[in-house]
Amino acid sequence: MAADLVVAGGRVVDASGEREADVVVAGGRVVEVGPGLAAQHAGAQVLDASGCLVAPGLVDLHTHLREPGKEEAETVETGARAAALGGYTAVLAMPNTTPAMDCAAVVRQVLDLGRAAPCDVHASGAITVGRAGTALAPMAEMAELGVRVFTDDGTGVQDDRLMRRALEYSVGLGVTLAQHCEVSSLSEGTCMHEGEWSSRLGLPGQPAEAEELMVMRDIALARLTGARMHFLHLSTAGSVAMVAAAKAGGLPVSAEAAPHHFTLTDECCKDYDATFKVHPPLRTAADVAAVKAGLADGSVDAIATDHAPHPPEEKERPFDQAPPGMLGLEYALALAFTELVDGGAMTEADVLAALSWKPAAIAQMVDHGGPVEAGHAANLCVVDPAVRWTVDASGGASRSRNVPYVGRELRGRVRHTVLFGEPVVIGGEAQR
Amino acid sequence: MSGPTRDLPGPTSTVDTSAFGDRRHLLTVSDLERPEIEQLLDLTDTFVEVSNRAIPKVPALRGRTVVTLFFEDSTRTRLSFETAAKRLSADTMSFAVSSSSVNKGESVRDTIETIEAMGIDAVVVRHRSSGVPAQIAGWTSAAVVNAGDGWHQHPTQALLDAYTLRSHLGSLDGVRISVVGDIKHSRVARSDIEVFTKLGAEVTLVAPPTLLPPSTAPWDVRVSHDLDAVVGSTDVCYLLRMQHERMTEALVPTLREYTAHYGLTSARADRLPEGALIMHPGPMNRGVEIAGEVADRPNAVITEQVANGVAVRMAVLFLVLGPGRASGPKHDTLLNGAA
Repeated sequence: MAADLVVAGGRVVDASGEREADVVVAGGRVVEVGPGLAAQHAGAQVLDASGCLVAPGLVDLHTHLREPGKEEAETVETGARAAALGGYTAVLAMPNTTPAMDCAAVVRQVLDLGRAAPCDVHASGAITVGRAGTALAPMAEMAELGVRVFTDDGTGVQDDRLMRRALEYSVGLGVTLAQHCEVSSLSEGTCMHEGEWSSRLGLPGQPAEAEELMVMRDIALARLTGARMHFLHLSTAGSVAMVAAAKAGGLPVSAEAAPHHFTLTDECCKDYDATFKVHPPLRTAADVAAVKAGLADGSVDAIATDHAPHPPEEKERPFDQAPPGMLGLEYALALAFTELVDGGAMTEADVLAALSWKPAAIAQMVDHGGPVEAGHAANLCVVDPAVRWTVDASGGASRSRNVPYVGRELRGRVRHTVLFGEPVVIGGEAQR
Repeated sequence: MSGPTRDLPGPTSTVDTSAFGDRRHLLTVSDLERPEIEQLLDLTDTFVEVSNRAIPKVPALRGRTVVTLFFEDSTRTRLSFETAAKRLSADTMSFAVSSSSVNKGESVRDTIETIEAMGIDAVVVRHRSSGVPAQIAGWTSAAVVNAGDGWHQHPTQALLDAYTLRSHLGSLDGVRISVVGDIKHSRVARSDIEVFTKLGAEVTLVAPPTLLPPSTAPWDVRVSHDLDAVVGSTDVCYLLRMQHERMTEALVPTLREYTAHYGLTSARADRLPEGALIMHPGPMNRGVEIAGEVADRPNAVITEQVANGVAVRMAVLFLVLGPGRASGPKHDTLLNGAA
């Protein structure tokens, strides 16, 4: 088969290691990887990757695409475009849409919308009907459509017995349950981390323990049921320590952390700018350090954005009334290079693992996460690690602009993104 | 005018306001350093004198428009600000949310931009959410005065409290002040603590742990859970309003138990040192945080606090709007004689 595309002159990084190599793509798949191949495929489109890392496309375990129900904030198409620009070839759409993704009909709608998008859109499913926490959602009919991760994200499943049953049921389906850990009786009515800054600002805060109590319970329930459990957006030192201990004890648990939780602290809330309001909330510098250390030692497997678009008029409401969440898809990779690699915690290869092949494995996305080898789907992210750029307030391709990193100088920028052999981003420009 | 002094009516013909620079808003007392607070209290002296005149009115803010924008009801604070503005000859407008488009879903930003379009110079804001006055300051070119936001700040209350104390004690340096009650939910406490400590007082917070902020590290204060242990060494006992809804939040078991341990009962008031003052920001729950009889003792200065509120707010409005501030008439046409 004649080559369609050659990614030339870069340094390939995947789970099997690093090497200088060109990547030849045909029919949506990688067909050959090796040095100096570009010259042999004169008719193919060439993507210049000189000076770049060529990695499996990034995989986001935690994306709010807002469609259906909140299209003024984001759509599947705009969110997917932001993802592609951020180097992602796959995103896992969270189920807190309106209506919630709690049955085959809504899951199918999101998957259908995703087929036209410049990123591979996977759907999560809700654990409970309407994410209301009272009755199990029809998980099997969603699993038949390919759903491999179930979560009520936005809230945690509060009822112990229902969570136990959901975990037990999930074992029979071979799927993973993911929890937004937050005990609502300790977090209701709060809008930031409880501590010195909430005290000073006169804002109701939630303690780290609101998250940690549910992490603790779910580790116990994972032990009881033998089910696979994934912890969403861990934000506290205590949560990271508990997950590390559970892993050391052999439990099949995994965890993710969001870029804002290794970059920002609760002090960011001091001007009452709700751009910095998020659940779980921005924590202390000690928590930020623990999240970084957890990513570095593997206690936290993945970096997931929790990309959560909200329109400006909603983020301009009083801090305690504004919705929580911030954008992340176009910033995560550069934040990780800047905060984690330049901060000395991790190598670039470690960061790419946490952004690509580790999350791909957690979500059972077989076409993503590499390796970059012949026969595998050609989902690639080409990043120039030397580029320094300053975040602007535009919000990028997202419909929203709730970016908490405006004015920050970051290192590393996506040059090309290849989705099943199609270059959907070339030279930092979205192609569709 | 940009000089360090401003001419004023009355016995003090000029007052040094140099510490204020070109401050345009009063959003939080955290912004104020001791020299600014002291100059503001000096200026308040002048307006107390004005308030005592037969015609308690000066033309300092003639032609200026001050809007009170209260998203939360507070008749006494709104009246105090409006009286202050009127005594400075400003035009006043009152925007009460209960009768406004905010109830129809209008955003705070649209509300302030609509009001600003009518031509205003200052807006006095009260809101139940912390931080709203600071947000508004980013959306308007008018001066913004915080009249209380959420649990955060109530700057003019702290200034009038400091003024009241200074008028009795001369100075707050070394004065032992106990702030008693629901500190956690109190904008008054957050403001008072900062102003009192900046002026040199030694502040002790007295409350059950459930009614303290999660952290007291931001402030240079002591903390006690035992009012009986501190009452004998208290020069000023400042009582906060105990709200009934705190019962349903499991913060204290009953009001009766609260009063038994943290109320300024007659017996505890008797143990205050000679000359100690009793304060309360109002409105009081007689028989809860303060015994009715105690509130009426001569060393309770609660109504003085209210009276001083008008003069302090005149000083604040004068500083953010007075001569030297953008777009106003020249100061030398303003400052003498009744309007």
